[in-house]
Amino acid sequence: MTQWIDIGPITAIPVRGARVIKTAQGCVAVFRTTKDEIFAVDDRCPHKGGPLSEGIVHGASVTCPLHNWVFDLATGMAKGADQGQIGTYPLRVEGGRMLLDVTYLAKKDAA
Amino acid sequence: MKKLIVIGAGMATGRALEHLFEADPDAYEVTLFNAEPRGNYNRIMLTPVLSGEKTYEEIVTHDAAWYESHGVTCRFGEKIAAVDRDRKVVVTEGGEELAYDKLLFGTGSNPFIIPMPGHDLDGVIAYRDLDDTNRMIDAGGAPGSKAVVIGGGLLGLEAAAGLRMRGMDVTVVHIMGHLMDRQLDEAAGYLLRKALVDRGINICCSANSKQILGEDGHVRALELADGTELPCSLLVMAVGIRPSVALGQASGLAVGKGIHVDDQMVTSDPDVLAVGECVEHNGAIFGLVAPLYDQAKVVAATLLDQEAVFTPKEVSTKLKVTGCDLFSAGDFAEGEGREDIVFRDPARGVYKRLVLENDRVIGAVMYGDTADGGWFHGLIKDGSDVSDMRDTLIFGPSFQGGAQMDPLQAVAALPPEAEICGCNGVCKGQIVTAIAGGAQDLGAVRAQTKASGSCGTCTGLVEQVLAVTLGDDFVIPAAQPICGCTDFTHEDVRLLIKTKELKSQPAVWQELGWKSPDGCHVCRPALNFYLLADWPLEYKDDLQSRFINERKHANIQKDGTFSVMPRMWGGITNPQELRAIADAADKYNVPTVKVTGGQRIDLLGVKSEDLPAIWADLNKAGMVSGHAYSKGLRTVKTCVGTDHCRFGTQDSTGLGIKLEKALWGSWTPHKVKLGVSGCPRNCAEATCKDVGVICVDSGYEVSVGGAAGMDLKETQPLAKAVTEQEAIDMTIAFVQLYRENAKYLDRPYKWIAKVGLDWVRDRVVADLEGRQGLIDRFAISQSVYQKDPWAEHIAERAEVYHPLANLTLEAAE
Repeated sequence: MTQWIDIGPITAIPVRGARVIKTAQGCVAVFRTTKDEIFAVDDRCPHKGGPLSEGIVHGASVTCPLHNWVFDLATGMAKGADQGQIGTYPLRVEGGRMLLDVTYLAKKDAA
Repeated sequence: MKKLIVIGAGMATGRALEHLFEADPDAYEVTLFNAEPRGNYNRIMLTPVLSGEKTYEEIVTHDAAWYESHGVTCRFGEKIAAVDRDRKVVVTEGGEELAYDKLLFGTGSNPFIIPMPGHDLDGVIAYRDLDDTNRMIDAGGAPGSKAVVIGGGLLGLEAAAGLRMRGMDVTVVHIMGHLMDRQLDEAAGYLLRKALVDRGINICCSANSKQILGEDGHVRALELADGTELPCSLLVMAVGIRPSVALGQASGLAVGKGIHVDDQMVTSDPDVLAVGECVEHNGAIFGLVAPLYDQAKVVAATLLDQEAVFTPKEVSTKLKVTGCDLFSAGDFAEGEGREDIVFRDPARGVYKRLVLENDRVIGAVMYGDTADGGWFHGLIKDGSDVSDMRDTLIFGPSFQGGAQMDPLQAVAALPPEAEICGCNGVCKGQIVTAIAGGAQDLGAVRAQTKASGSCGTCTGLVEQVLAVTLGDDFVIPAAQPICGCTDFTHEDVRLLIKTKELKSQPAVWQELGWKSPDGCHVCRPALNFYLLADWPLEYKDDLQSRFINERKHANIQKDGTFSVMPRMWGGITNPQELRAIADAADKYNVPTVKVTGGQRIDLLGVKSEDLPAIWADLNKAGMVSGHAYSKGLRTVKTCVGTDHCRFGTQDSTGLGIKLEKALWGSWTPHKVKLGVSGCPRNCAEATCKDVGVICVDSGYEVSVGGAAGMDLKETQPLAKAVTEQEAIDMTIAFVQLYRENAKYLDRPYKWIAKVGLDWVRDRVVADLEGRQGLIDRFAISQSVYQKDPWAEHIAERAEVYHPLANLTLEAAE
């Protein structure tokens, strides 16, 4: 069962930027690309825990601000020579508002 | 699958397993035992870990994922108690028995502890593994703590330098008359000693340790034979290593100084091999990494029934202490029929000595300038006849044949066995093979051969091998494209932005055919800078193209918190500002308050969401951002000048404040630091800054291109100014010329090296009209960019510092 929660207007996130959502399971970063696509992923680089929301966004990727690991925001997979994956969460836009499916967060908790 | 048991996860066995899996991943099922509770790391990089230049995580060579992907069963933290060779089983400490088809000893060596009285006191340690390193790091934590290092060899000096960098008061005690006596002659030892004393390390040579004195079971001091007491809370013994042979001996293997092995690294038992520091081969034992890696290759081949022979080679030594350039290879003792060629340049601290016998170089010692070390090492290894080039031999390969040789020709002339990377034992031939196999750039060569992957000092050489091998196909690194998004270099892009009048990033991407939709983390910050530097009135700065430090105007720390540093003009502050800083530190629970090298106060450990509020508080007290995070003007360091100092000339502090007020807020290709000293005693250390001004009775000596970061560079004189205004004008014009021309992330010294100081001087000093033009353009840029980002962000962007939403309740359901 899905449970969509309104997390705010898409304009709250700068283009090629990110904002953070606090959850009981840790922070989730919500990204907005040049093309106004939005993605929600774990705000923690698997390498050394860098806050991905502070990274540089390019295409549909983000570069970790600590050691430049690059992640594909759609799949969560690390790109280039690095190996790793971050969690991704269903997110959609309706009437300019972003809706996050929080059931996935609960599942993550159980995992 | 056959079973291979490996005892010891050190650098030699780690490398052997790599070769083994590379050649045949399915030949063996491997179980790896290690007494240390961890896997393989790069032991030769413990010194940078000790000094704080690297973390342990950065020197791990094989992580859990690597072992898993190669199917290695790891038994870390477990020792092998016995080997039953008749039944071909090993017995663990816990009594478990495991069968093997082949057994590989890689038990390494033990540090030698001098059994003098007091050696078992608390605080007496060896320098061997990560635990020792961590103990030394912990000991360095207490301010003013003292350490004594016994042993003035490679290991002891690296330990001493690391402890010194941790802030400890360090004394090295060495029994011989000069340091590193096994690698250096007296003259080079003297220079090394001088360099170490200059960095605050005390050295006692010809010193005999008598006993270690303790108090409540902990070390208190070292007593020398002459009665001197050296107080210390930490005593490091770095006097040598002994092959660890106990298990080999108990297993009934033939053992001398080390476990005996033949040319195939097989012990006296055909199913038992040994590699690394625990072996003895033809009477020799091994402590440096290059021969160990050679052995690792042979072991892997032998395990796969391939033919390989271990041949020990002449090894060279480099000291891994930042800023001490030292090279030694071969034999340099004096002897019948041996001749010396010696070169000294005391002013530069350069010393080179070659030992010749029968027209062949048999030893080389170099201090201060070691660039030709590899070439001399090659001559020694090959036993080349040098009679033809004896006159100019000491000047290195560039000067052979009368005229200065192109460095590329020198590299081209190197034989395939010439060692390029000493850390990883990689020779030219291997690099050439990798290139032939498709490695077309430095990164690929590094990935395939490991050359230049450890300490990195050979990076330039590897690039030259690439250039020689690929010829026209290799783009010299200076001409490398900015990143994968474009084929243009930084220089090309700067030029095209100006000539094609490209005034936005999308214009650049479009006109110059960027391959990605909107750049990447490498090119975007560079483009953003180029555009704002060239078109300050038209281009709009793009925060999303800035690295986090500049986007949030604070330095990100490893735990994701930030540091905040208010500006203190010229290093001057007052009680009111200090109170405001102290209040802010209290209010926002700042864990660390630090005085920086640039004479400012840094508040470390502030949470992202507190940044706007702490800035507002500091703004209220009249303080603005110190830009400690920016590629821009950081600080202007000053001494106390004429106001207080009896030697001071001119109002140097006042000049420092004027310069900081003129330059702050400007964005530059890299960080920019200034220093102004009131007299040639140079208390502000102005001669290692991007711009340094030394005030003298007759005016101001302006020098440029210094640095004290990754490279240490002394400034070069730009010009002498008669008036203060002239000194300010030249400084501003220099900074603007740098802004308009340099490649992003090149400090001024790197840029000057490319364009030449004369070119800079022509524009900043000689051409008065040109100078004024630079100053005017800088003023236009400052009309836009000289503003306090803190105030701006509090007013316009405070919300992005806070979470978008808080779902802790929803997710808890």
